[in-house]
Amino acid sequence: MEEKIVVKNLFKIFGKHPEKAIKALKDGKSKEEILADYKQVVGVQDASFTVHKKEIFVLMGLSGSGKSTLQRLINRLHEPTSGEIIIDGQDITKLSQKELREFRRKHFCGMVFQNFAILPHRTVLGNVEFGLELQGVDKEKRQKKAMEVIEQVGLKGNEESYPDQLSGGMQQRVGLARGLTVDADIMIMDEAFSALDPLIRTQMQDELLELQDKLQKTILFVTHDLDEAFRLGDRIAIMKDGRIIQIGTAEEIVSKPANDYVRAFVENMDRAAVLTAGSVMQPVKENAFPGDGPRTILRKIRKNGLTGILMIDTKRQLKGYIRAAELAEYINKNKDKEKIPFDDSLIKEITSVKKDTPLNEVFNIYTDHEYGPIAVEDEKNRVVGVIVKGTIIAALSESSEGVNNEQ
Amino acid sequence: MFPFRIPIRDWISSAVDFLVSEFGAVFDGFSAFVYFLVDNLKDGMLALHPVILIVLIAALTWYMAGWKNSIFAVIGLLLTENIGLWQAFVETLSLVLTAEILVMVVGLPIGIYAAKNDRFNSVIRPILDFMQTMPAFVYLIPAVMFFGLGLVPGVVATFVFALPPLIRLTNLGIRQVPKELIEAADAFGATDMQKLMKVQIPVAKVTIMAGVNQSIMLGLSMVVIAAMIGAGGLGEDVLRGIQRLQVGQGFEAGLVVVILAIILDRITAGFGQRKSPAEK
Repeated sequence: MEEKIVVKNLFKIFGKHPEKAIKALKDGKSKEEILADYKQVVGVQDASFTVHKKEIFVLMGLSGSGKSTLQRLINRLHEPTSGEIIIDGQDITKLSQKELREFRRKHFCGMVFQNFAILPHRTVLGNVEFGLELQGVDKEKRQKKAMEVIEQVGLKGNEESYPDQLSGGMQQRVGLARGLTVDADIMIMDEAFSALDPLIRTQMQDELLELQDKLQKTILFVTHDLDEAFRLGDRIAIMKDGRIIQIGTAEEIVSKPANDYVRAFVENMDRAAVLTAGSVMQPVKENAFPGDGPRTILRKIRKNGLTGILMIDTKRQLKGYIRAAELAEYINKNKDKEKIPFDDSLIKEITSVKKDTPLNEVFNIYTDHEYGPIAVEDEKNRVVGVIVKGTIIAALSESSEGVNNEQ
Repeated sequence: MFPFRIPIRDWISSAVDFLVSEFGAVFDGFSAFVYFLVDNLKDGMLALHPVILIVLIAALTWYMAGWKNSIFAVIGLLLTENIGLWQAFVETLSLVLTAEILVMVVGLPIGIYAAKNDRFNSVIRPILDFMQTMPAFVYLIPAVMFFGLGLVPGVVATFVFALPPLIRLTNLGIRQVPKELIEAADAFGATDMQKLMKVQIPVAKVTIMAGVNQSIMLGLSMVVIAAMIGAGGLGEDVLRGIQRLQVGQGFEAGLVVVILAIILDRITAGFGQRKSPAEK
């Protein structure tokens, strides 16, 4: 995957003597000790990570964990104390103020804030065109572009409204639109949905994901909400005391928490919402091909000790499921024949899910599922695995048992 | 108690003497400039028929503060004309407006700079306190020394007295612009000037206009005092009323000052609350 933002050994110390604090950190002193001994506040310590092109990278942590500070270092709203921030191959810590301004205009879609931070004296249109206006784009051109984005985020008809006439959700759409209007590809979102009520929040999350499918920006998203982090993030960095303690996908974090802090965090997570079909499925050991005779199929089933078998064609497309009991009965009925023809009525339709379907959805499908397994397919509809009832229960109980055993 | 006396009076006197003797030309130039402003403003307004000026002021009041205030303005101004104080009214209005123009030209940049520079702010804060708490009469003496008697020292004394609230409220308004708005502008790559013109001043506008409003009100309160050094206008009528114990005449002039104050207050207060369309 292509690298968009590479951060190396980034430190941010607030105070007059950052070098003392960095030295103390390297000597293994804690954030609290440094505050007490040197009166220096450690914002971010030794952060290193890579954000890939077109991914949503979430910085997750409680308040005071340094997530917002780290995020503001990426576009240098805070000046880093030491370390490198390489964006599209350029170390932005070395840019002059003027170069930095140009760089921000070219690479950053501004920023989206928790309390929206849209200009109260401007209409929706006036706010959305703000970024382009700063770049000196002429009025007709920038308003045309702004109107396109206004339509895209569902604000059409409100372009002449003032912010105080809009609900929170609508105001945040303005904030989002303002960023998207600029022709840049890194979007920074600071607790963007945290001020919205839960229903609107979920809705905005969905809309963001939908927009992201189309627009393919690189998004750096800060949140204190683990559910939100897992829902939006392709990858998540969990922070504590200014330090990144784990980076990974939601599944990696749930299944292999780096330490007790992360474990405590993910404990209350709804595992079924995080784990996906792909992570719990079993590989298909053996399958029937169209054209296999009944006896061949039964042999395959027996050999693997199964109760049935998937029929998959040579292009790995699912044809259906054949139950051992029915097949055996059919063979028994026709046992006098030299060659038993395969009867298509033996093939039963079964449900299939995608690899990234959350487990809780799979579970719902399963409860009213008549026949054996659920087939798991990849994005090209090729069968890659199966899930049987036992698999789900094992996956859910295994992980929660894991946590209990540790305690 | 002390064997000696700290000679503050001598220091100040010699400083003023020094300034007058060394920079006389500068003061004369400034004096001519201010006189030019006040005089033209006054002559311009007096050249109009009172009815036309009344209609103009009423229209502006209507636009800024609604029809109720506009009706008040019409009644108040007709009354002024009726009791024969029209000329004095126009003189006072031009004095206050000139002083306010100077206050804005000087006060806005100082207020903005004070908002951006904490050290400068901590330097000017005591100066502003001093300017505001010093009895207004005290300003008359150096004003007369620098500019003689008449309109100009009246404008200058009014200017000095009316300056602090605009500086303070401009400073406050700009400091109160939410941090996120500044961060947002920065994140989009705004220059300092763009931030100031497109974010800070528009967002702080209500507070800044409150400062303008306050300084105009303070300026009006100087009207009578300025008349003591020959600034003329309504203040002169009030003073004459006091000196000759003509209570009725003094009251009339005072009433017109109040009418003027109310009209100017409504107009400038309306300014701050109006929503301007997005910057074109």
